[in-house]
Amino acid sequence: MILTNEIPKEAYRNIWILAEMNGEAISPVTHELLGAARGLAEARGADVVAVVLGSGFESTVEDLAAYGADSVIYADDKRLAAYNDELEANLLTRLIKAYRPEVFLGAATARGRALIPRLAVKTVSGLTADCTELTIDAETGELHQTRPAFGGNLMATIKTPNHRPQMATVRPRVMKALDPDYTRSLQSIVREEILPEETENIKRILETVREHQGAVNLGDAQIIVSGGRAMKGPEGFKMLQALADKLGAAVGASRPCIDAGWMPYAHQIGQTGQTVQTKLYIACGISGQIQHLVGMQGCDTIIAIDKNPNTPLMQMADVAVCGDVFEIVPELTKLL
Amino acid sequence: MRIVVCIKQVPATDDAKIDPVTKRIVREGMKAVLNPFDLYAVEEGVRLKEEFGGTVVAVTMGPPSAEKALRECLSLGCDEAYLLSDRAYGGSDTWATSYALAKGIAKIGDADLVICGKQAVDGDTAQVGPGIAAHLDWQQCTYVSKVLSFDCNELVAERMNEAGSDRVALTLPAVLTVVKDINQPRVPSLRSVLASLEAEIPVWKPADIGADVDKIGLNPSPTRVVKTAPPPPRSGETLHISGDAAQAAAALAAKLTQLGFTEGK
Repeated sequence: MILTNEIPKEAYRNIWILAEMNGEAISPVTHELLGAARGLAEARGADVVAVVLGSGFESTVEDLAAYGADSVIYADDKRLAAYNDELEANLLTRLIKAYRPEVFLGAATARGRALIPRLAVKTVSGLTADCTELTIDAETGELHQTRPAFGGNLMATIKTPNHRPQMATVRPRVMKALDPDYTRSLQSIVREEILPEETENIKRILETVREHQGAVNLGDAQIIVSGGRAMKGPEGFKMLQALADKLGAAVGASRPCIDAGWMPYAHQIGQTGQTVQTKLYIACGISGQIQHLVGMQGCDTIIAIDKNPNTPLMQMADVAVCGDVFEIVPELTKLL
Repeated sequence: MRIVVCIKQVPATDDAKIDPVTKRIVREGMKAVLNPFDLYAVEEGVRLKEEFGGTVVAVTMGPPSAEKALRECLSLGCDEAYLLSDRAYGGSDTWATSYALAKGIAKIGDADLVICGKQAVDGDTAQVGPGIAAHLDWQQCTYVSKVLSFDCNELVAERMNEAGSDRVALTLPAVLTVVKDINQPRVPSLRSVLASLEAEIPVWKPADIGADVDKIGLNPSPTRVVKTAPPPPRSGETLHISGDAAQAAAALAAKLTQLGFTEGK
C-alpha cells in the first residue's frame, strides 16, 4: 500500500467529469460523460461534479445542470484557451487533492489521452483508458471498468482497489447523454483561479490551427464509408465522399490508400491509423488485412462491397454485397 | 544531445487468423514484434541525431526475449540499448511501467529528449508516454507530427488533435509521443542488422536503476485486471447481396433503411 496517497478511501466521494472543450464551447462529449456519471452517482448516493477548464465559456456552465451535473468547478482563463498539458495537470492535481473525488471521468480525445495519464501519475491514481462500460459497486464505490484491448480482441475488466480517485477515459459516442432537463439547476458553482506556481515549467503554445469545416473526425462519426486499394485512386474517394455526404458519414481509408497518397493520414483506419467503433461501417473494395480489421471490427454493423466474395472482410461483414464498387456505390448514392 | 527512445515488444498481428465462429482474430501462437508505432519514434530519434549530433539510446521493460526488439532498434540506428527485465517488474500497469522507465531514463542519464510511439498496439492505452513525463516532471507533447526545431534548450513541435493542430515550444528535457505521419522509417542494411546481433545489451534489475520495489510490479500497481473475456461475437449470419449493380444497390438501400440509417436526412 506504499503507493497510496495515505488518505483513506472513504474520504473520497462524488463523481467528477472533466468537460471537453471545442474552442470556447463545451463539447457534446461532455454531455455523454455526464450521462455516464449520473448513473454512477445515483448508485452511490453522490453528486456529479463537472470540472471545466477553458476560456470564454463562463456564461454557459449552468447548462450542464440540464445534462446531469449537480455542481460545477471551473477556471475560465485565457491561459486555458489552448490545451496545455502541464498547466491543466497542475491545476487539476490541486483540485483533486482539495476536493477528493471518488471517480474522475474524462474523454478519450487527444487532450484527454495526454492530460489524464499525466494527472493519474501526479495524484497516484489508477487510470483505465477507452472504457466502453462503467459500473460501480454501490457499497464499496469500486468502479468496474471494461475496455477493449488488443484492437478489440479482448474485453478486460479493470478495478482500482486501493487508490482514489478511480480515473477512466471514455471515447466519444460510447456513453449516452441524458435528454436535457432544463428544470434542473446547479447546487453550487465554484470558480477557481490558476496559481502562479502552476504556471512554472509549462510548455508555450505558439499557434493553434483549426482545420476548416469538414475536417475528418473519425472518432466523432456515427457512420464511416471507407475505401481500399480497389478504389484505384483519389477519384474513387470522391465517389465515396458523395455517398458519405448522403449518409452524413465520414470517409475512411485503408493503409495502402494512405501510403499511395490518395487520402491524408487522418483518414487511415487500422492498426497504425485510428480505431473506430461506429454504428455503421461501409467497406468499399477493402479486402480486410488483419491490420485493417483490428481498427474497425468493433463497429456495430459492417457492410462490405467487393468483387471478391471470399475476402476476410466480406466473410466478417453483416452484409456482404458482391459486385463492382464503381457501379454499386453511384447507384446507391442515387437511391438515398 | 542524448535522445532516449522507449519501445515495447508486442504480439504481431500479421499472421493472425479469423475464428470462423466468433469472427474475431485468433491470437494464439502469434510471434512478437517491435510495436509498429515505435518504428516512427526510433526513426525520429535517429534523424534528430543525424541532423544535430549526439546519441540515441533505446530502452524497454519486458521479458528477456524483448532483447530482440532492442536489437531491431540498434539495426535501425540506435547507438545503445538497455533492457529492464526482472520478475519484480512483472504485472506492472501503466503507472508502474512509466515509473520504471522514468528510473531507467534517469539511470541512462543526461537525456535531452525522450521519444515514444503514440501507443502500443496491444494495450492501446497511450498512457506510458505522458506517465514518464509526469514521473520525471518534464514537459510533454503527444501526437507529434513534426519536429520543427531542436536545440539544447527548446524543441518546437506540431501536434495533432481532432480539430486541427498546435505548434508548441517545449523546454528540454521533454517527452514526445509521435504519430505515423512524422516520418518514413528506414529499412536497416544487412550490415547494421549483423552488427546489432553482436551488440551487448545490459539488463537492468530494479536495484540497478534505483527503482523502489514498492512501486513496480503487480501489487503496487493502482489498477488490476479482474476479468478478461472475448468480446461478444459478431452476430453470426452474413446477409449476401448480389445481382446486377442496380439490384444490389436497391437491396442495400432497403437494408440501410431497415437499419434506420437513412432517416433524418
